[in-house]
Amino acid sequence: MFGHLPLWPENASTNAGSVDALYIFLLLVSGIMTVLIFAVLTAFAVRFRKRRGQRAVQIEGSTHLEITWSIIPFCVMLVFFVWGAVIFFQERTPPQDATEVYTVAKQWMWKFEHKGGQREINELHVPVGRDVKMIMTSQDVIHSFFVPAFRLKQDVVPGRYTTLWFRATKAGTYHLFCSQYCGTQHSGMVGWVTVMEPRDYEAWMSGGAGNQPLAVTGEKLFTELGCVTCHRSDTQGRGPNLVGVFGKPVLLEDGRTVIADENYVRESILEPAAKIVRGFKPVMPTFQGQLSDEQLNALVEYVKSLAGPQSGRPANASGVAVATPQP
Amino acid sequence: MHTSQAAVDEPAHENPALLHHFATEEQQKNAASLGMWVFLAQEVMFFGGMFCAYLVYRYKYFADFGSASQQLDIKLGATNTVVLICSSLTVVLGVRAAQLGKRMALVFWLVATIFLGLVFLGIKADEYAEKFEKHHVPGASFSYHELLPSQEKLPEAERQYADPHHAEMYFSLYFAMTGMHALHMVIGVGLFGFLAYKAWRGKYTPEYYTPIENAGLYWHFVDIVWIYLFPLLYLIDRHR
Amino acid sequence: MATAVVADTGERENYLNAGHGPKSWLLTVDHKRIALLYLISITFFFFVGGFFALLIRLELLTPAGDLVQSDTYNKLFTMHGQVMVFFFLVPAVPAVLGNFLIPLMIGAKDLAFPRINLLSWYLFIIGGLLMIFTILSGGVDTGWTFYTPLSTEFLKTNVVSAAIGIFFAGFSSILTGLNFIVTIHRMRAPGMTWNRLPLFVWAHYATSIIQVLGTPVVAIALVLVVLERLFHLGIFNPLLGGDPLLFQHLFWFYSHPAVYIMILPGMGIISEIVCCFSRKRIFGYKAMALAVLGIAVIGFLVWAHHMFVAGISVYAALIFSLLSYLVAVPSAIKVFNWTATIYKGSVTYQTPMLYAFGFVGLFTIGGLTGLFLASLGVDVHVHDTYFIIAHFHYIMVGGMVMAYLGGMHFWWPKISGRMYPEGWGKLAALIVFIGFNLTFFPQFILGYMGMPRRYHSYPPEFQILNVLSTAGATILAVGYLLPMVYFMWSMRYGKPAPPNPWNAAGLEWQTHSPPPTFNFDEEPVVTWEAYNYDEMGEIPEKPEKEEVPVAH
Repeated sequence: MFGHLPLWPENASTNAGSVDALYIFLLLVSGIMTVLIFAVLTAFAVRFRKRRGQRAVQIEGSTHLEITWSIIPFCVMLVFFVWGAVIFFQERTPPQDATEVYTVAKQWMWKFEHKGGQREINELHVPVGRDVKMIMTSQDVIHSFFVPAFRLKQDVVPGRYTTLWFRATKAGTYHLFCSQYCGTQHSGMVGWVTVMEPRDYEAWMSGGAGNQPLAVTGEKLFTELGCVTCHRSDTQGRGPNLVGVFGKPVLLEDGRTVIADENYVRESILEPAAKIVRGFKPVMPTFQGQLSDEQLNALVEYVKSLAGPQSGRPANASGVAVATPQP
Repeated sequence: MHTSQAAVDEPAHENPALLHHFATEEQQKNAASLGMWVFLAQEVMFFGGMFCAYLVYRYKYFADFGSASQQLDIKLGATNTVVLICSSLTVVLGVRAAQLGKRMALVFWLVATIFLGLVFLGIKADEYAEKFEKHHVPGASFSYHELLPSQEKLPEAERQYADPHHAEMYFSLYFAMTGMHALHMVIGVGLFGFLAYKAWRGKYTPEYYTPIENAGLYWHFVDIVWIYLFPLLYLIDRHR
Repeated sequence: MATAVVADTGERENYLNAGHGPKSWLLTVDHKRIALLYLISITFFFFVGGFFALLIRLELLTPAGDLVQSDTYNKLFTMHGQVMVFFFLVPAVPAVLGNFLIPLMIGAKDLAFPRINLLSWYLFIIGGLLMIFTILSGGVDTGWTFYTPLSTEFLKTNVVSAAIGIFFAGFSSILTGLNFIVTIHRMRAPGMTWNRLPLFVWAHYATSIIQVLGTPVVAIALVLVVLERLFHLGIFNPLLGGDPLLFQHLFWFYSHPAVYIMILPGMGIISEIVCCFSRKRIFGYKAMALAVLGIAVIGFLVWAHHMFVAGISVYAALIFSLLSYLVAVPSAIKVFNWTATIYKGSVTYQTPMLYAFGFVGLFTIGGLTGLFLASLGVDVHVHDTYFIIAHFHYIMVGGMVMAYLGGMHFWWPKISGRMYPEGWGKLAALIVFIGFNLTFFPQFILGYMGMPRRYHSYPPEFQILNVLSTAGATILAVGYLLPMVYFMWSMRYGKPAPPNPWNAAGLEWQTHSPPPTFNFDEEPVVTWEAYNYDEMGEIPEKPEKEEVPVAH
C-alpha cells in the first residue's frame, strides 16, 4: 500500500496534456489565491488583535475596491472559461475519418463492437496514434464511459447515441470506469482500454475467428426485415433511396433540414413518423421493441456504408457541423 | 404551573381578529396579502414544471399530441372554462359583499362559488370517466388507435394513426396537470366552505375580511391555471 | 416597564419557562420554541446522516467491497445524501437560527405567520418520519439525485416513500421561506429600515426567495417520478418516448439553487460573527447585501453545469459555463469583504470567531474548486469523481456546517441563557478543522486520478488516500460530538449568560438571555445604523452574568 503513492493519472491521449495544462494553471491560480487569503487573514488576525487602549477603526467600505476585486477575478475567470471551452470544443468535434467503435452499455457491462465485427466485453482494443470515435448507447439506464488516462467521459443514454473521440498516444492498459451511478454493480462495471502499437493491433484485429463486418450484419438484417422492399436503390421505392444519404443534409416534409447522422438513422427505425422526408408519405412501420441495440448498430453501420468511403461524416451524433479538428 | 401575563403595554384590542404579534390591523392585513402573493408565486413554479414538460413533448410529438387532444370534449372543456370564470365573478361579488358588511350576501356568493366549483369538478369527473371507458388512462390498460389530425380526409388505405406511446405521454401529462389543478380546486372548495361557515357566524366585517380577499386571490389563481390548461390541452390542432 | 415574572418561582419569565409540558411545546406558536423543536429534529438527522457517512468511510478503507453488500452500500450513500441535504443542510440555519433570531433582529414579537411556522415543523416531521420509514423498511438506492430511468423503471426499493418524504420537507422549506419574506417586509420595528438590517437578515431574505421559487420545481419533478413508478407513465422512459434528461433539468433547476439555500444563511452568520469579534462595522454593507441577492438570482441560471457530459449541446454547455463563472463573483466579493472587515479591527479569538476563520478559509478553497468545475475542459474529466465530492463537502461541511456551529456558539447564550465552556469550544473547533481537511483534501487528489464517486470497491492504487480520508472522518466525528455533549451540559451547569455577553450590536442582544416570550419588554425604536460598534465597548473579559439568578 505504501510502496507507491500515485498522485496523478497517466497521460495516454492527445487530449490529456491539454486538460492537465489547464488543470495545473487552475491549481496555480487557486493555490496563490488560497495562500494569499490565508496569509492576509492570519496577518490581520495577529496584527489587529485586541490591544489595550486601541480601538477598532470603523471603515464604511470602498466602491473602488469592490469594483476592482470584482472585475479582476472575473477577467481571470474568463481565461478559465475560454481555455476550458476550447478544449471542450475540440473534445466534441471528432475528426472526419476516425475509426468508429459501437458501444452498448448495459447493467453492468460494456459491450464493444468494431466495424470488422470483432466483439469485446469490458475490454477495448485500440491502436496508438489513430483517431477513435465511440458511438454509444445504453440498453437500460444512464451509464457513463470514463477513461481517466484520456481525461474523457461521456454519459451513455438509453434511446439515443452519444459520442466520444480520442487519439491514444501511449501503448498500455488503462482503467475504464462507469461513472454514472447505474444500480447494484455500478462499481463493478469497469474494464480496460488496451492501447496497442499499430502492428499488434492489426494482428489482434485479424485474430478473431471469422468475424462478420458490422455492415454486412446490417445488410443481412436490412433484407431479413424487409427494409429493402421500400428502400430501393431506384426511384420506385415507397421509402427514400439510402445510398449516399448518410452524413448529408435531408430536407423534411415540414421544411426543416437535418443532417442524417447516427441518431437520425436510429430514430428513423424506431420512430419513423418523427421526421418524414419531403416527397414521401409516413407509411414506414416502427421497429421499436423488435431490435436489440446491437442490431440497430448494425443497421446504422450498413446505412453508413452506403454513403461511400469518404462522405461528409458529421462531426458528432447530434448534427453539429463538421469543423477541422485539431490533433 | 401557570404563567402570568407579560406586563407589556399591549393596545386594547377592540378587534379580536387582531393577532397578538401584530402592532396594527393594517400591518396584519398587509402581511396576510403579501403572504398569499408569495404563496401564489411558488404555485406558479409548481405548475410551471409540468407546463415545461408538456411543452417539450408537444413540440417533440406534435401530430400525436394533436390527435390525442382531439379526444377531449371541447364542449365540456369550454363549459368548464365559463363555469370557472363565473366562479371568479362570484368570488369578487362576495368580497364586495364583505366590504359592504352584507353578511347574507357574502354567504350567498361564497356558496355560489362552491357550487360552481363543484359543477366544474363534476364535469371533470365525467370527462375522466369517459377517458377511463375508452382506455385512454395511462397505465396497464391503455390502448389507443386513433388517426392523426386531418387523416380522415385521406382515402382509408393511406390514413396514418397516431403513435400510441406518444398519445399515452399526452394523457399522462393531461391527467397530471388537470389532476393537480383539480386537487387545488378541491382545496379551494373546502376553504370556501370553511369561510362560508365563518361568514354565516358573522366573523367578517367591513373592517376585517382579509381571509375572504386572500382566498379569492387563491381562487383566481386556480382559475388562471385553467385558462392556460384549456387551450394547451383542448384547443391545439383544432383548426386543421 | 416591569419585566414579567413567573409566579411560582419569582424567576423572570422567558420563553423556556413560560409553560411546561408536551402540549406547550408541541402546540407552541412561539418562533423561539419552534426553533428549538427544529434544533432537536435536525440534530437527530445530522447524526443519522453522519452515521451513514461513517459506514461509507469504513467500507472505503479497503479496495474490496467487503464490509457491506453492493446494494447496501448504494443505499448508504443515497440516504446519506438525502438525509443530509433535505433534512439537515436545507433547514438547519433558517429553521433553527433564522426562526429564533429574525424576529429579534428586526424588533418584532414573532414571525408574520406563527401558526404556519408550526405547520412547517410538522410538515418537516412528517417528511422525516417517511424518511425513517424508508430507511427502516429496506432503504432506497437511487442516489440523492434520483436519475431516471434508473429510479423510475429499474429499482425495487422504497423510491416512492423517499420521494414523498422529501416532498414534505420541501413544502416545509417553502413555508419557512414564505414566512421570512413576509416577516422581513412587514414586521420590522420603527426605524429598522432595509439599510439597517443585519446581514444575517439579508442573507435569509435572499435564501427565502430561492426556497419559494426553486423548491416547487423539484417537488413537481419528484411527483412525476412517483406517478411514473406507480402508473408506468413514460415521461422519463425512452422506451415509451420519454426523455431521461428532462428529469435532470427539472431536478437541477432546484438543486443548484438549493446549494445557495444551504450556504447563504451561513454567510449571514459569518458576517455577524466577524463584525462582533473585530469590533467593526462590516466592510461594504451595500455590496454584501447586493451580493447575497446577486447569488440568489444568478444561482437560478446555472443549473445545467451539472449536465455538461449528460448529452446537452456544446452551445448550451458554453452558456452555462460562462454563467457559472458569473455567480462566483459575488461569492468572491464576500470573502474579500470579510477579510477587509478584520483590517484595523480589534480581534479576539473566541470559539465563534475560530469557526468564522475556518469558514472563510475552507469556503475559499471550496469556491475556488468550483472554478475548476465551471471550466468545461476540466469538468469533463472530474465530473462524477471524488473531486466533485471534495468540492461540495468543502462548501457544505467546511463552509456551511462550520458557520452553523459558529452561529450556535455565538447565539447559545441568547438561546439558552447559559455560556458554553469556552475551552472545550476552542478545542472542538480545532478538531473539526483538522478532521475536516484530513477527510476531504485527499479526495481532490483521488478525483483527479479518476476514482469515480458512488463506488463500493475501487482499484488498489486509490487505497492510501482513502485510508487518510477515513482517518480524518473519525477525527471529524469526535469534533462534532463534543459540542453535542457540552451544549447539553451547559443547559444545567453552564454559567448564566447576561443579555449581551459579547457586547455585540444587534437588537437580539438588547433583550434578556433567554428572551421573554414576546421578545422585548418594549417595542424597540431603532435610531442607529447596523453594526454600530463605534458606540459599543469592548468584549467583556468574563462574558457571564454578574448577579446570581433566583434559585429554583
